[in-house]
Amino acid sequence: MALDKEGFLRAYRTMRTIRDFEYRVSDEFGKGNIPGFLHLYAGQEAIATGMCMNLTDEDYIVSTHRGHGHCIAKGADVGAMMKEIMAREGGSCAGKGGSMHIAAIEKGMLGANAIVGGGPPLIVGAALSAKTLGTDRVGVSFTGDGGSNQGTTFEAMNLAVVLQLPAIFLFENNGYGEGTAAGYAVGSKDIASRAKGFGMPALKVDGADIFATYEACGKAVKHCRSGKGPIAIEASITRFRGHFEGDAQAYRGKGEVKRLMKEMDCLAIGSAAAIKKKLVTRAQLNKIDKEIAQLIDDAAVAGLAAPSPAVTELLTDVYSSAY
Amino acid sequence: MPIKTYREAINEAMAQEMRADPTVIVIGEDVAGGAGCDGDRDAYGGVMGVTKGLFPEFGEARVIDTPITESAIMGAAAGAAQTGLRPIAELMFMDFLGVCFDQIYNQAAKFRYMFGGKAQCPMVVRTMAGAGLRGGAQHSQNLTQMVTMVPGLKVVCPTNAYDAKGLLTTAIRDNDCVIFVEDKFLYETSCEVPDESYTIPFGEANFLREGEDVTIVGISNTVNKALAVAERLAAEGISCDVIDPRTTSPLDEEAIIESVEVTGRLVIVDEMTPRCGIAADISSIVAEKAFGALRAPIRKVTAAHSPIPFAPALEDAWMPQEADIEAAVRDVLGYKG
Repeated sequence: MALDKEGFLRAYRTMRTIRDFEYRVSDEFGKGNIPGFLHLYAGQEAIATGMCMNLTDEDYIVSTHRGHGHCIAKGADVGAMMKEIMAREGGSCAGKGGSMHIAAIEKGMLGANAIVGGGPPLIVGAALSAKTLGTDRVGVSFTGDGGSNQGTTFEAMNLAVVLQLPAIFLFENNGYGEGTAAGYAVGSKDIASRAKGFGMPALKVDGADIFATYEACGKAVKHCRSGKGPIAIEASITRFRGHFEGDAQAYRGKGEVKRLMKEMDCLAIGSAAAIKKKLVTRAQLNKIDKEIAQLIDDAAVAGLAAPSPAVTELLTDVYSSAY
Repeated sequence: MPIKTYREAINEAMAQEMRADPTVIVIGEDVAGGAGCDGDRDAYGGVMGVTKGLFPEFGEARVIDTPITESAIMGAAAGAAQTGLRPIAELMFMDFLGVCFDQIYNQAAKFRYMFGGKAQCPMVVRTMAGAGLRGGAQHSQNLTQMVTMVPGLKVVCPTNAYDAKGLLTTAIRDNDCVIFVEDKFLYETSCEVPDESYTIPFGEANFLREGEDVTIVGISNTVNKALAVAERLAAEGISCDVIDPRTTSPLDEEAIIESVEVTGRLVIVDEMTPRCGIAADISSIVAEKAFGALRAPIRKVTAAHSPIPFAPALEDAWMPQEADIEAAVRDVLGYKG
């Protein structure tokens, strides 16, 4: 199904939220307000958005170390996310996860995963739950081109095919696994054909085009819900920022980032297309921009005002009961 | 009371929990066997026959044969546990921990904590350990120490059929990831095991024999060797406390310390390599918490610091034997400061 007016407005709002969230945490990181490592999703917003708009809160996703966008697209509270990333009380993971383990369990976002290739086996399990319990839920594993080379991902794809599980392997090919090109590291022609080799259908889509991404994800979700087993999607995209915040990206070609930020900006491309199709007006989008700017600012201000988690929480939730 | 083998007791615990709770599933390599083959299904029932009979009763939706794919098995179990099932995942030999450890110690063990208490991972990893079957370096290891060190995991080492059933029932009902280490030397051993379902709490040691001269703690099958030694020594008037901790995580430190406070002498036996092992761990706990009670240095009786050799003569030398335990007991008794 194609994105209609209402759908595009929703998509735009989500993509804008992710973009602004990422730029704000980048700023706060630069000011020393965020400890640890940050891997930002800026530039890839259409993929998480296009997929999660096809899911409900009952469906499951697992994510990567670049997980803020998946979390927001799945409906997580940005205030709690901001606090988590800032290591403050009230964070979505009680200050025990941080950026790389951001999660929204109540929304079916089963967690970002700082082990590259760590997520795909887990989504096989979520899909197994759906099949065993007879629900029509699907599980989506967001994985990068880097994660597509891990053995765990191969095993997960194979097992999902063998057990015919409602699992979607969504590969976001942003061209780089850390500082190494996907063109070098992915030995096969592309990631989609590799997934096909495991015995599942695979789609390819321009990850900068929210209309195309939404449609491809819709097809994949429909495939899974109708009991046809797993499916893969390879979405090509670029990342606007480095592998991590602070990465000078010296490995990228001269002018490449600047050029691709223009050529592959899902917000600009989506807006232009939606305006051309007369789905929305610039004024409507500007209004959303303002609302989101306020939302993100409120989240950041509240995050900065919140205290650190109490040290007494150190040993809580290691186990389910007294140990 | 009926007599059952360790194998039967484990099988019965699984079957009873599967009958009681439709979310309990069994997943692993050849847990039934025969998938896609022209011959019998349930041909194996697990490589040691421990899951035999579950497939005919519960069917392929709940007794799931997988490819040889340990990372995906453990990951699938962890993901399923996070989303409403209670999987019992079989890791055929504990040696295979290396190919799937990430899914256990970085994923399953950490969900609850890492996600601020909002996730849980009620899964059991049943695995088989123990040397002496001439299985060589990659089919013989007991790697209990590697899982015991991981916060978030619970680790169970049943040493007889009665304990095996009760502890596995507890494990299946537990809301954390439990590693259930079966000693492959014990499958044919038997004792009285009630037909009805029962649980044994984690973290409560079993006093197998009470004595006043020496405390012997044994993990997995080594505790049975320790018991045999203690029985022999009793004829000489040497009385030993023999303690089976049952679970290495949580560990019943109190039981061990209380015993050492009476005997003043401690011998710890495990069938693991000596560095950073369970014997070393218990030794450090007692040295820290009951130093004043000790009348002799603590003695560890462990395997040798080498891969497990194949040749029977070498493997026998590698493993802690009853003679080693006996020598250690005599050693601590003869200590003159």
